[in-house]
Amino acid sequence: MRLTAWLASRLLRLLLVLLSVAAVSFGLMMLSPIDPVDAYLGPQMAQVSPEQRTLIAERWGFNAPASVQFHHWLQQLLSGELGWSHIYNQPVSDVINQRFQRSFFLLLSAWLLSLILGVVLGIAAGSKEGSLLDRLISGYAYITASTPTFWLAMLALLLFSVTLGWTPTCCAGPTGVLSQEVTLLTQLHHLLLPTLTLALLGVATITLHTRAKMAAFMRSDTALHAFAQGASRFDIAWRHGLRHASLPAVTLAFASLGELFGGSLLVEQVFAYPGLGQATVAAGLRSDVPLLLAIALFTALFVSVGNLIADGLYQWADPRIARDRTNE
Amino acid sequence: MNSQPRLVAAGYAGVFGLLVLLLLSSSLWLGDSPLHMQFEARLMPPSAEHWLGTDALGRELWARTLAGLALSFGVGLSAALLGTLIALSLASLAMLSPILDALVSLLIDTLLSVPHLILLLLIAFALGGGTQAVIIAVALTHWPSLARLLRAELLSLRNSPYVAISKGFGKRQGFIVWYHLLPHVLPHCLVGALLLFPHAILHEAALTFLGVGLDPTQPAIGVLLADAMRYLTGGYWWLGVFPGLGLLLMVLAIERFASMLRKAL
Repeated sequence: MRLTAWLASRLLRLLLVLLSVAAVSFGLMMLSPIDPVDAYLGPQMAQVSPEQRTLIAERWGFNAPASVQFHHWLQQLLSGELGWSHIYNQPVSDVINQRFQRSFFLLLSAWLLSLILGVVLGIAAGSKEGSLLDRLISGYAYITASTPTFWLAMLALLLFSVTLGWTPTCCAGPTGVLSQEVTLLTQLHHLLLPTLTLALLGVATITLHTRAKMAAFMRSDTALHAFAQGASRFDIAWRHGLRHASLPAVTLAFASLGELFGGSLLVEQVFAYPGLGQATVAAGLRSDVPLLLAIALFTALFVSVGNLIADGLYQWADPRIARDRTNE
Repeated sequence: MNSQPRLVAAGYAGVFGLLVLLLLSSSLWLGDSPLHMQFEARLMPPSAEHWLGTDALGRELWARTLAGLALSFGVGLSAALLGTLIALSLASLAMLSPILDALVSLLIDTLLSVPHLILLLLIAFALGGGTQAVIIAVALTHWPSLARLLRAELLSLRNSPYVAISKGFGKRQGFIVWYHLLPHVLPHCLVGALLLFPHAILHEAALTFLGVGLDPTQPAIGVLLADAMRYLTGGYWWLGVFPGLGLLLMVLAIERFASMLRKAL
Protein backbone atom coordinates (compact mmCIF):
# COMPACT_ATOMS: atom_id res chain seq x y z
CA MET A 1 0.00 0.00 0.00
CA ARG A 2 2.72 2.43 0.99
CA LEU A 3 4.69 1.41 -2.06
CA THR A 4 1.85 2.26 -4.44
CA ALA A 5 1.32 5.62 -2.73
CA TRP A 6 5.04 6.33 -3.03
CA LEU A 7 5.10 5.27 -6.66
CA ALA A 8 2.03 7.36 -7.47
CA SER A 9 3.50 10.47 -5.90
CA ARG A 10 6.78 9.92 -7.71
CA LEU A 11 5.08 9.38 -11.04
CA LEU A 12 3.08 12.57 -10.55
CA ARG A 13 6.30 14.39 -9.78
CA LEU A 14 7.89 12.87 -12.88
CA LEU A 15 5.02 14.13 -15.01
CA LEU A 16 5.34 17.60 -13.50
CA VAL A 17 9.09 17.64 -14.10
CA LEU A 18 8.66 16.53 -17.70
CA LEU A 19 6.05 19.22 -18.27
CA SER A 20 8.36 21.88 -16.92
CA VAL A 21 11.28 20.49 -18.94
CA ALA A 22 9.05 20.94 -21.98
CA ALA A 23 8.18 24.49 -20.91
CA VAL A 24 11.77 25.48 -20.12
CA SER A 25 13.24 24.07 -23.32
CA PHE A 26 10.43 25.51 -25.41
CA GLY A 27 10.98 28.90 -23.77
CA LEU A 28 14.69 28.69 -24.57
CA MET A 29 13.95 27.94 -28.19
CA MET A 30 11.63 30.96 -28.36
CA LEU A 31 14.43 33.11 -26.91
CA SER A 32 16.84 32.10 -29.64
CA PRO A 33 17.88 34.86 -32.02
CA ILE A 34 17.93 32.32 -34.86
CA ASP A 35 14.97 32.89 -37.15
CA PRO A 36 12.93 29.66 -37.47
CA VAL A 37 12.07 30.41 -41.09
CA ASP A 38 15.76 30.85 -41.95
CA ALA A 39 16.59 27.63 -40.12
CA TYR A 40 13.85 25.80 -42.03
CA LEU A 41 14.95 27.19 -45.41
CA GLY A 42 18.66 26.66 -44.90
CA PRO A 43 20.71 27.51 -48.00
CA GLN A 44 17.56 28.29 -50.03
CA MET A 45 17.11 31.39 -47.87
CA ALA A 46 18.24 33.72 -50.66
CA GLN A 47 15.75 32.39 -53.21
CA VAL A 48 12.66 33.15 -51.15
CA SER A 49 10.77 36.43 -51.42
CA PRO A 50 9.47 38.30 -48.35
CA GLU A 51 5.87 37.38 -49.32
CA GLN A 52 6.77 33.71 -49.41
CA ARG A 53 8.49 34.09 -46.05
CA THR A 54 5.33 35.43 -44.43
CA LEU A 55 3.40 32.58 -46.02
CA ILE A 56 5.83 30.05 -44.57
CA ALA A 57 5.69 31.71 -41.16
CA GLU A 58 1.89 31.57 -41.28
CA ARG A 59 1.88 27.98 -42.50
CA TRP A 60 4.07 26.86 -39.57
CA GLY A 61 2.37 29.16 -37.08
CA PHE A 62 5.45 31.22 -36.24
CA ASN A 63 3.32 34.38 -36.09
CA ALA A 64 1.14 33.09 -33.28
CA PRO A 65 1.92 34.14 -29.68
CA ALA A 66 4.35 31.90 -27.77
CA SER A 67 1.65 30.47 -25.51
CA VAL A 68 -0.44 29.37 -28.49
CA GLN A 69 2.62 27.77 -30.12
CA PHE A 70 3.47 25.96 -26.87
CA HIS A 71 -0.08 24.71 -26.51
CA HIS A 72 -0.06 23.49 -30.09
CA TRP A 73 3.29 21.76 -29.63
CA LEU A 74 2.14 20.03 -26.43
CA GLN A 75 -0.99 18.78 -28.18
CA GLN A 76 1.12 17.37 -30.97
CA LEU A 77 3.45 15.74 -28.46
CA LEU A 78 0.60 14.07 -26.62
CA SER A 79 -0.73 12.62 -29.85
CA GLY A 80 2.73 11.17 -30.49
CA GLU A 81 3.64 13.60 -33.26
CA LEU A 82 7.15 14.89 -32.55
CA GLY A 83 7.58 16.92 -35.71
CA TRP A 84 9.90 16.85 -38.69
CA SER A 85 13.68 16.96 -38.47
CA HIS A 86 14.89 19.15 -41.31
CA ILE A 87 18.55 18.09 -41.09
CA TYR A 88 17.81 14.38 -41.45
CA ASN A 89 14.67 14.93 -43.53
CA GLN A 90 12.80 12.33 -41.48
CA PRO A 91 10.18 12.38 -38.74
CA VAL A 92 11.85 13.19 -35.39
CA SER A 93 10.54 9.98 -33.83
CA ASP A 94 12.28 7.92 -36.53
CA VAL A 95 15.56 9.77 -36.02
CA ILE A 96 15.47 9.23 -32.27
CA ASN A 97 14.45 5.62 -32.69
CA GLN A 98 17.28 4.76 -35.09
CA ARG A 99 19.91 6.76 -33.28
CA PHE A 100 19.02 5.51 -29.84
CA GLN A 101 19.21 1.92 -31.02
CA ARG A 102 22.81 2.58 -32.03
CA SER A 103 23.63 4.46 -28.84
CA PHE A 104 21.85 2.05 -26.54
CA PHE A 105 24.47 -0.66 -26.73
CA LEU A 106 27.25 1.90 -26.27
CA LEU A 107 25.52 3.42 -23.24
CA LEU A 108 24.61 0.08 -21.68
CA SER A 109 28.03 -1.52 -22.02
CA ALA A 110 29.82 1.63 -20.81
CA TRP A 111 27.44 1.82 -17.87
CA LEU A 112 27.91 -1.81 -16.85
CA LEU A 113 31.66 -1.64 -17.31
CA SER A 114 32.01 1.53 -15.23
CA LEU A 115 29.82 0.05 -12.49
CA ILE A 116 31.78 -3.21 -12.26
CA LEU A 117 35.20 -1.59 -12.52
CA GLY A 118 34.20 1.19 -10.12
CA VAL A 119 32.98 -1.24 -7.45
CA VAL A 120 36.02 -3.50 -7.74
CA LEU A 121 38.50 -0.62 -7.62
CA GLY A 122 36.57 1.16 -4.85
CA ILE A 123 36.51 -1.93 -2.66
CA ALA A 124 40.15 -2.69 -3.31
CA ALA A 125 41.11 0.86 -2.39
CA GLY A 126 38.76 1.27 0.57
CA SER A 127 39.51 -2.02 2.26
CA LYS A 128 42.90 -0.76 3.35
CA GLU A 129 42.83 3.00 3.65
CA GLY A 130 46.17 4.70 3.09
CA SER A 131 47.85 1.65 1.55
CA LEU A 132 49.86 1.94 -1.63
CA LEU A 133 47.03 0.36 -3.63
CA ASP A 134 44.56 2.84 -2.14
CA ARG A 135 46.75 5.80 -3.00
CA LEU A 136 47.28 4.53 -6.53
CA ILE A 137 43.60 3.91 -7.16
CA SER A 138 42.39 7.17 -5.60
CA GLY A 139 45.05 9.11 -7.44
CA TYR A 140 43.92 7.52 -10.67
CA ALA A 141 40.28 8.32 -9.88
CA TYR A 142 41.03 11.95 -9.02
CA ILE A 143 42.91 12.39 -12.27
CA THR A 144 40.21 10.82 -14.45
CA ALA A 145 37.57 12.90 -12.67
CA SER A 146 39.39 16.03 -13.86
CA THR A 147 39.99 14.79 -17.40
CA PRO A 148 37.94 16.32 -20.19
CA THR A 149 35.93 13.45 -21.74
CA PHE A 150 36.53 14.47 -25.31
CA TRP A 151 40.26 14.82 -24.74
CA LEU A 152 40.49 11.30 -23.36
CA ALA A 153 38.58 10.11 -26.41
CA MET A 154 41.00 12.00 -28.66
CA LEU A 155 44.01 10.47 -26.95
CA ALA A 156 42.53 6.99 -27.27
CA LEU A 157 41.88 7.63 -30.96
CA LEU A 158 45.40 8.93 -31.43
CA LEU A 159 47.04 6.02 -29.68
CA PHE A 160 44.97 3.00 -30.66
CA SER A 161 43.54 4.00 -34.03
CA VAL A 162 46.09 6.33 -35.60
CA THR A 163 49.40 5.14 -34.14
CA LEU A 164 48.81 1.47 -33.44
CA GLY A 165 46.03 0.90 -35.96
CA TRP A 166 44.21 -1.60 -33.74
CA THR A 167 40.79 -0.02 -33.98
CA PRO A 168 38.92 1.88 -36.71
CA THR A 169 39.10 5.68 -36.65
CA CYS A 170 35.43 6.43 -37.15
CA CYS A 171 31.81 5.52 -37.59
CA ALA A 172 29.73 2.48 -36.71
CA GLY A 173 30.96 0.37 -39.61
CA PRO A 174 33.39 0.49 -42.53
CA THR A 175 32.64 3.25 -45.03
CA GLY A 176 30.87 2.23 -48.19
CA VAL A 177 29.21 -0.80 -46.63
CA LEU A 178 25.47 -0.82 -45.95
CA SER A 179 24.65 -0.90 -42.27
CA GLN A 180 22.64 -4.13 -42.69
CA GLU A 181 25.68 -5.91 -44.09
CA VAL A 182 28.06 -5.06 -41.27
CA THR A 183 28.75 -8.13 -39.18
CA LEU A 184 28.32 -8.14 -35.44
CA LEU A 185 32.04 -8.55 -34.93
CA THR A 186 32.82 -5.46 -37.01
CA GLN A 187 30.19 -3.53 -35.09
CA LEU A 188 31.76 -4.53 -31.80
CA HIS A 189 35.17 -3.61 -33.16
CA HIS A 190 33.89 -0.10 -33.92
CA LEU A 191 32.22 0.15 -30.53
CA LEU A 192 35.23 -0.97 -28.50
CA LEU A 193 37.07 2.31 -28.12
CA PRO A 194 34.02 4.57 -27.62
CA THR A 195 32.73 2.19 -24.94
CA LEU A 196 36.03 2.06 -23.09
CA THR A 197 36.50 5.84 -23.04
CA LEU A 198 32.92 6.46 -21.99
CA ALA A 199 33.21 3.87 -19.23
CA LEU A 200 36.51 5.20 -17.89
CA LEU A 201 34.90 8.48 -16.87
CA GLY A 202 32.06 6.89 -14.95
CA VAL A 203 34.57 4.70 -13.15
CA ALA A 204 36.08 7.67 -11.28
CA THR A 205 32.93 8.78 -9.46
CA ILE A 206 31.82 5.25 -8.61
CA THR A 207 35.29 4.31 -7.39
CA LEU A 208 35.59 7.33 -5.09
CA HIS A 209 32.08 6.83 -3.71
CA THR A 210 32.57 3.09 -3.10
CA ARG A 211 35.98 3.72 -1.59
CA ALA A 212 34.53 6.20 0.93
CA LYS A 213 31.74 3.76 1.90
CA MET A 214 34.19 0.90 2.18
CA ALA A 215 36.68 2.88 4.27
CA ALA A 216 33.88 3.91 6.63
CA PHE A 217 32.77 0.29 6.90
CA MET A 218 36.29 -0.90 7.70
CA ARG A 219 36.34 1.49 10.67
CA SER A 220 32.94 0.29 11.92
CA ASP A 221 32.27 -2.00 14.88
CA THR A 222 31.07 -4.74 12.55
CA ALA A 223 34.44 -4.88 10.86
CA LEU A 224 36.26 -4.64 14.20
CA HIS A 225 34.25 -7.58 15.48
CA ALA A 226 35.10 -9.62 12.42
CA PHE A 227 38.76 -8.73 12.80
CA ALA A 228 38.62 -9.84 16.44
CA GLN A 229 37.26 -13.20 15.33
CA GLY A 230 40.34 -13.61 13.22
CA ALA A 231 38.86 -13.01 9.78
CA SER A 232 41.31 -11.78 7.18
CA ARG A 233 41.00 -8.36 5.59
CA PHE A 234 40.11 -9.93 2.26
CA ASP A 235 37.39 -12.03 3.90
CA ILE A 236 35.84 -9.01 5.56
CA ALA A 237 35.99 -6.94 2.41
CA TRP A 238 34.52 -9.75 0.31
CA ARG A 239 31.83 -11.08 2.64
CA HIS A 240 30.64 -7.94 4.41
CA GLY A 241 32.05 -4.95 2.61
CA LEU A 242 30.91 -5.89 -0.87
CA ARG A 243 27.26 -5.97 0.12
CA HIS A 244 27.65 -2.84 2.14
CA ALA A 245 29.30 -0.78 -0.55
CA SER A 246 27.88 -2.14 -3.78
CA LEU A 247 24.30 -0.93 -3.34
CA PRO A 248 25.25 2.73 -3.02
CA ALA A 249 27.36 2.22 -6.14
CA VAL A 250 24.42 0.82 -8.09
CA THR A 251 22.26 3.69 -6.88
CA LEU A 252 24.88 6.22 -7.89
CA ALA A 253 25.18 4.58 -11.28
CA PHE A 254 21.44 4.95 -11.85
CA ALA A 255 21.51 8.52 -10.61
CA SER A 256 24.33 9.52 -12.95
CA LEU A 257 22.69 8.46 -16.21
CA GLY A 258 22.63 12.11 -17.23
CA GLU A 259 26.40 12.38 -17.03
CA LEU A 260 26.74 9.18 -19.02
CA PHE A 261 24.51 10.60 -21.70
CA GLY A 262 26.39 13.91 -21.72
CA GLY A 263 29.62 11.96 -22.09
CA SER A 264 28.17 10.05 -25.03
CA LEU A 265 27.59 13.37 -26.83
CA LEU A 266 31.32 14.07 -26.73
CA VAL A 267 32.54 10.54 -27.31
CA GLU A 268 30.23 10.03 -30.28
CA GLN A 269 31.40 13.34 -31.70
CA VAL A 270 35.08 12.39 -31.47
CA PHE A 271 34.64 8.88 -32.86
CA ALA A 272 32.08 10.09 -35.42
CA TYR A 273 29.75 7.39 -34.11
CA PRO A 274 26.30 8.01 -35.61
CA GLY A 275 24.29 7.72 -32.41
CA LEU A 276 21.85 9.92 -30.54
CA GLY A 277 24.63 12.04 -29.03
CA GLN A 278 25.95 13.01 -32.43
CA ALA A 279 22.43 13.81 -33.60
CA THR A 280 22.00 16.07 -30.56
CA VAL A 281 25.12 18.05 -31.42
CA ALA A 282 24.09 18.29 -35.07
CA ALA A 283 20.63 19.49 -34.06
CA GLY A 284 22.17 22.16 -31.83
CA LEU A 285 24.67 23.33 -34.43
CA ARG A 286 22.24 23.38 -37.34
CA SER A 287 19.24 24.63 -35.34
CA ASP A 288 16.93 21.68 -35.82
CA VAL A 289 14.49 22.83 -33.15
CA PRO A 290 11.96 19.95 -33.21
CA LEU A 291 14.73 17.38 -32.91
CA LEU A 292 16.51 19.29 -30.15
CA LEU A 293 13.30 19.67 -28.13
CA ALA A 294 12.40 16.02 -28.55
CA ILE A 295 15.88 14.88 -27.50
CA ALA A 296 15.77 17.15 -24.42
CA LEU A 297 12.46 15.58 -23.41
CA PHE A 298 13.61 12.07 -24.22
CA THR A 299 16.79 12.36 -22.18
CA ALA A 300 14.90 14.02 -19.32
CA LEU A 301 12.62 10.98 -19.24
CA PHE A 302 15.63 8.68 -19.39
CA VAL A 303 17.41 10.48 -16.54
CA SER A 304 14.28 10.86 -14.41
CA VAL A 305 13.51 7.16 -14.64
CA GLY A 306 17.11 6.49 -13.62
CA ASN A 307 16.69 8.76 -10.60
CA LEU A 308 13.40 7.07 -9.76
CA ILE A 309 15.07 3.65 -9.82
CA ALA A 310 17.94 4.99 -7.69
CA ASP A 311 15.49 6.36 -5.13
CA GLY A 312 13.45 3.17 -5.11
CA LEU A 313 16.52 1.01 -4.66
CA TYR A 314 17.61 3.09 -1.72
CA GLN A 315 14.23 2.90 -0.04
CA TRP A 316 14.00 -0.80 -0.58
CA ALA A 317 17.47 -1.47 0.77
CA ASP A 318 17.53 1.03 3.59
CA PRO A 319 14.20 1.39 5.39
CA ARG A 320 15.65 4.21 7.51
CA ILE A 321 15.35 6.54 4.54
CA ALA A 322 11.68 5.74 4.01
CA ARG A 323 11.06 6.37 7.70
CA ASP A 324 12.84 9.73 7.53
CA ARG A 325 10.68 10.72 4.61
CA THR A 326 7.45 10.07 6.49
CA ASN A 327 8.70 12.01 9.49
CA GLU A 328 9.43 15.05 7.38
CA MET B 1 51.67 15.35 13.20
CA ASN B 2 49.17 18.11 12.64
CA SER B 3 51.60 20.46 10.99
CA GLN B 4 52.34 18.29 7.98
CA PRO B 5 48.96 18.47 6.24
CA ARG B 6 48.82 22.17 7.04
CA LEU B 7 52.25 22.65 5.49
CA VAL B 8 51.11 20.75 2.41
CA ALA B 9 48.00 22.92 2.26
CA ALA B 10 50.03 26.11 2.53
CA GLY B 11 52.36 24.88 -0.17
CA TYR B 12 49.42 24.03 -2.34
CA ALA B 13 47.81 27.41 -1.78
CA GLY B 14 51.09 29.10 -2.69
CA VAL B 15 51.52 27.13 -5.89
CA PHE B 16 47.89 27.66 -6.72
CA GLY B 17 48.16 31.42 -6.15
CA LEU B 18 51.26 31.62 -8.30
CA LEU B 19 49.52 29.71 -11.07
CA VAL B 20 46.53 32.03 -10.96
CA LEU B 21 48.76 35.11 -11.02
CA LEU B 22 50.73 33.75 -13.93
CA LEU B 23 47.57 32.96 -15.87
CA LEU B 24 45.85 36.25 -15.17
CA SER B 25 48.88 38.23 -16.24
CA SER B 26 49.50 36.03 -19.29
CA SER B 27 47.70 38.38 -21.67
CA LEU B 28 50.26 41.03 -20.73
CA TRP B 29 53.42 39.07 -21.41
CA LEU B 30 52.08 36.86 -24.18
CA GLY B 31 51.13 39.86 -26.30
CA ASP B 32 49.84 38.74 -29.67
CA SER B 33 51.95 35.57 -29.85
CA PRO B 34 48.90 33.25 -29.51
CA LEU B 35 47.60 34.70 -32.79
CA HIS B 36 50.92 35.39 -34.51
CA MET B 37 51.21 33.31 -37.69
CA GLN B 38 54.52 32.07 -39.10
CA PHE B 39 53.91 30.58 -42.51
CA GLU B 40 57.43 29.23 -42.76
CA ALA B 41 56.90 27.14 -39.62
CA ARG B 42 53.60 25.33 -40.05
CA LEU B 43 52.80 22.10 -38.19
CA MET B 44 56.28 21.90 -36.66
CA PRO B 45 56.77 19.21 -34.01
CA PRO B 46 57.96 20.24 -30.54
CA SER B 47 61.60 21.35 -30.58
CA ALA B 48 63.92 23.78 -28.82
CA GLU B 49 62.71 26.52 -31.11
CA HIS B 50 59.00 25.70 -30.98
CA TRP B 51 58.51 24.40 -27.44
CA LEU B 52 55.21 22.64 -27.91
CA GLY B 53 55.20 22.72 -31.71
CA THR B 54 53.11 24.89 -34.01
CA ASP B 55 49.66 24.56 -35.54
CA ALA B 56 48.54 24.59 -39.19
CA LEU B 57 48.96 28.37 -39.42
CA GLY B 58 52.36 28.36 -37.73
CA ARG B 59 51.10 29.70 -34.43
CA GLU B 60 53.05 28.69 -31.31
CA LEU B 61 51.12 26.04 -29.43
CA TRP B 62 52.57 26.92 -26.01
CA ALA B 63 51.35 30.51 -26.32
CA ARG B 64 47.94 29.38 -27.53
CA THR B 65 47.62 26.81 -24.76
CA LEU B 66 48.48 29.37 -22.08
CA ALA B 67 46.09 31.93 -23.53
CA GLY B 68 43.43 29.23 -23.71
CA LEU B 69 43.95 28.28 -20.07
CA ALA B 70 43.66 31.93 -19.03
CA LEU B 71 40.45 32.20 -21.03
CA SER B 72 39.05 29.00 -19.51
CA PHE B 73 40.00 30.21 -16.05
CA GLY B 74 38.21 33.53 -16.54
CA VAL B 75 35.09 31.98 -18.03
CA GLY B 76 35.02 29.22 -15.42
CA LEU B 77 35.45 31.64 -12.54
CA SER B 78 32.74 34.00 -13.78
CA ALA B 79 30.37 31.11 -14.40
CA ALA B 80 31.05 29.56 -10.98
CA LEU B 81 30.50 32.88 -9.19
CA LEU B 82 27.33 33.63 -11.14
CA GLY B 83 26.07 30.10 -10.51
CA THR B 84 26.74 30.42 -6.78
CA LEU B 85 24.92 33.75 -6.70
CA ILE B 86 21.89 32.20 -8.42
CA ALA B 87 21.97 29.20 -6.07
CA LEU B 88 22.17 31.39 -2.97
CA SER B 89 19.43 33.78 -4.08
CA LEU B 90 17.02 31.03 -5.06
CA ALA B 91 17.75 28.94 -1.96
CA SER B 92 17.02 31.93 0.29
CA LEU B 93 13.99 32.83 -1.80
CA ALA B 94 12.72 29.32 -1.13
CA MET B 95 12.82 30.05 2.62
CA LEU B 96 10.31 32.89 2.33
CA SER B 97 7.17 30.87 1.65
CA PRO B 98 6.12 27.26 1.03
CA ILE B 99 4.85 28.09 -2.47
CA LEU B 100 8.18 29.62 -3.46
CA ASP B 101 9.91 26.61 -1.94
CA ALA B 102 7.85 24.23 -4.05
CA LEU B 103 8.55 26.27 -7.18
CA VAL B 104 12.29 26.41 -6.56
CA SER B 105 12.39 22.66 -5.85
CA LEU B 106 10.52 21.96 -9.06
CA LEU B 107 12.96 24.14 -10.99
CA ILE B 108 15.91 22.33 -9.41
CA ASP B 109 14.42 18.92 -10.26
CA THR B 110 13.67 20.06 -13.78
CA LEU B 111 17.15 21.31 -14.51
CA LEU B 112 18.78 18.30 -12.86
CA SER B 113 16.76 15.89 -14.97
CA VAL B 114 18.16 17.17 -18.26
CA PRO B 115 21.78 16.09 -18.86
CA HIS B 116 24.10 19.05 -18.33
CA LEU B 117 25.47 19.05 -21.85
CA ILE B 118 22.05 19.00 -23.48
CA LEU B 119 20.83 21.84 -21.30
CA LEU B 120 24.03 23.71 -22.12
CA LEU B 121 23.39 23.16 -25.81
CA LEU B 122 19.83 24.45 -25.44
CA ILE B 123 20.88 27.55 -23.51
CA ALA B 124 23.85 28.35 -25.72
CA PHE B 125 21.55 27.92 -28.69
CA ALA B 126 18.97 30.25 -27.13
CA LEU B 127 21.57 32.92 -26.40
CA GLY B 128 23.33 32.61 -29.74
CA GLY B 129 26.84 31.56 -28.58
CA GLY B 130 29.81 33.73 -27.60
CA THR B 131 31.67 34.26 -24.33
CA GLN B 132 28.78 35.85 -22.44
CA ALA B 133 26.36 33.16 -23.55
CA VAL B 134 28.74 30.44 -22.39
CA ILE B 135 29.16 32.05 -18.97
CA ILE B 136 25.41 32.37 -18.53
CA ALA B 137 24.76 28.87 -19.86
CA VAL B 138 27.30 27.25 -17.54
CA ALA B 139 26.02 29.26 -14.57
CA LEU B 140 22.42 28.34 -15.34
CA THR B 141 23.22 24.63 -15.55
CA HIS B 142 25.44 24.43 -12.49
CA TRP B 143 23.46 26.20 -9.79
CA PRO B 144 20.86 23.46 -9.06
CA SER B 145 23.08 20.99 -7.23
CA LEU B 146 24.52 23.74 -5.02
CA ALA B 147 21.06 25.26 -4.48
CA ARG B 148 19.76 21.89 -3.32
CA LEU B 149 22.59 21.67 -0.79
CA LEU B 150 22.08 25.22 0.45
CA ARG B 151 18.32 24.72 0.70
CA ALA B 152 18.80 21.66 2.90
CA GLU B 153 21.26 23.59 5.05
CA LEU B 154 18.91 26.57 5.39
CA LEU B 155 15.99 24.29 6.23
CA SER B 156 17.85 22.69 9.12
CA LEU B 157 18.98 26.11 10.33
CA ARG B 158 15.43 27.41 10.23
CA ASN B 159 14.36 24.82 12.76
CA SER B 160 17.06 25.81 15.23
CA PRO B 161 16.07 27.38 18.58
CA TYR B 162 17.57 30.80 17.95
CA VAL B 163 15.49 31.29 14.85
CA ALA B 164 12.39 30.28 16.81
CA ILE B 165 13.27 32.89 19.45
CA SER B 166 13.78 35.55 16.82
CA LYS B 167 10.43 34.62 15.32
CA GLY B 168 8.93 34.88 18.80
CA PHE B 169 10.19 38.45 18.96
CA GLY B 170 8.08 39.14 15.91
CA LYS B 171 10.83 39.43 13.33
CA ARG B 172 9.75 39.10 9.73
CA GLN B 173 10.74 36.11 7.60
CA GLY B 174 12.88 38.28 5.33
CA PHE B 175 14.78 39.66 8.33
CA ILE B 176 15.45 36.16 9.65
CA VAL B 177 16.73 34.92 6.31
CA TRP B 178 18.99 37.93 5.82
CA TYR B 179 20.44 38.29 9.33
CA HIS B 180 20.27 34.80 10.82
CA LEU B 181 20.41 32.28 8.03
CA LEU B 182 22.55 33.78 5.27
CA PRO B 183 25.70 34.44 7.34
CA HIS B 184 25.75 30.74 8.23
CA VAL B 185 25.73 29.45 4.69
CA LEU B 186 28.27 31.90 3.26
CA PRO B 187 31.25 29.58 3.92
CA HIS B 188 29.32 26.79 2.16
CA CYS B 189 28.92 29.17 -0.76
CA LEU B 190 32.64 29.78 -0.99
CA VAL B 191 33.40 26.08 -1.04
CA GLY B 192 30.46 25.49 -3.36
CA ALA B 193 31.79 28.05 -5.82
CA LEU B 194 35.22 26.45 -5.71
CA LEU B 195 33.74 23.00 -6.30
CA LEU B 196 31.65 24.31 -9.20
CA PHE B 197 34.72 25.90 -10.72
CA PRO B 198 36.40 22.80 -12.24
CA HIS B 199 33.05 21.54 -13.56
CA ALA B 200 32.41 24.92 -15.12
CA ILE B 201 35.79 24.86 -16.85
CA LEU B 202 35.31 21.33 -18.18
CA HIS B 203 31.83 22.09 -19.46
CA GLU B 204 32.94 25.31 -21.10
CA ALA B 205 35.71 23.42 -22.92
CA ALA B 206 33.28 20.68 -23.97
CA LEU B 207 30.75 23.17 -25.26
CA THR B 208 33.40 25.06 -27.20
CA PHE B 209 34.77 21.80 -28.56
CA LEU B 210 31.33 20.90 -29.91
CA GLY B 211 31.21 24.25 -31.69
CA VAL B 212 28.48 26.06 -29.74
CA GLY B 213 30.67 27.79 -27.17
CA LEU B 214 33.36 30.43 -27.43
CA ASP B 215 34.11 32.04 -30.74
CA PRO B 216 36.40 29.89 -32.98
CA THR B 217 38.75 32.84 -33.52
CA GLN B 218 39.59 32.90 -29.81
CA PRO B 219 42.44 30.64 -28.64
CA ALA B 220 40.17 28.67 -26.25
CA ILE B 221 41.16 25.13 -25.27
CA GLY B 222 38.00 23.77 -26.86
CA VAL B 223 38.85 25.54 -30.11
CA LEU B 224 42.43 24.26 -30.04
CA LEU B 225 41.26 20.69 -29.51
CA ALA B 226 38.55 20.92 -32.17
CA ASP B 227 41.31 22.15 -34.53
CA ALA B 228 43.52 19.26 -33.45
CA MET B 229 40.73 16.78 -34.32
CA ARG B 230 41.14 17.73 -37.98
CA TYR B 231 44.85 16.93 -37.97
CA LEU B 232 44.69 13.91 -35.67
CA THR B 233 44.73 11.25 -38.39
CA GLY B 234 47.78 12.97 -39.91
CA GLY B 235 49.78 12.11 -36.81
CA TYR B 236 50.16 15.70 -35.54
CA TRP B 237 49.88 14.45 -31.99
CA TRP B 238 51.19 17.56 -30.21
CA LEU B 239 48.17 19.61 -31.30
CA GLY B 240 45.86 17.32 -29.36
CA VAL B 241 48.04 16.31 -26.44
CA PHE B 242 49.32 19.57 -24.94
CA PRO B 243 46.20 21.79 -24.72
CA GLY B 244 44.26 18.94 -23.11
CA LEU B 245 47.09 18.16 -20.72
CA GLY B 246 47.19 21.83 -19.69
CA LEU B 247 43.47 21.81 -19.05
CA LEU B 248 43.69 18.58 -17.06
CA LEU B 249 46.48 19.95 -14.86
CA MET B 250 44.62 23.20 -14.20
CA VAL B 251 41.35 21.44 -13.36
CA LEU B 252 43.18 18.96 -11.14
CA ALA B 253 44.93 21.79 -9.25
CA ILE B 254 41.66 23.64 -8.64
CA GLU B 255 39.87 20.45 -7.69
CA ARG B 256 42.52 19.48 -5.12
CA PHE B 257 42.63 23.02 -3.75
CA ALA B 258 38.83 23.08 -3.39
CA SER B 259 38.60 19.75 -1.60
CA MET B 260 41.41 20.77 0.73
CA LEU B 261 39.60 23.98 1.56
CA ARG B 262 36.39 22.04 2.15
CA LYS B 263 38.15 19.80 4.64
CA ALA B 264 39.71 22.82 6.38
CA LEU B 265 36.37 24.62 6.82
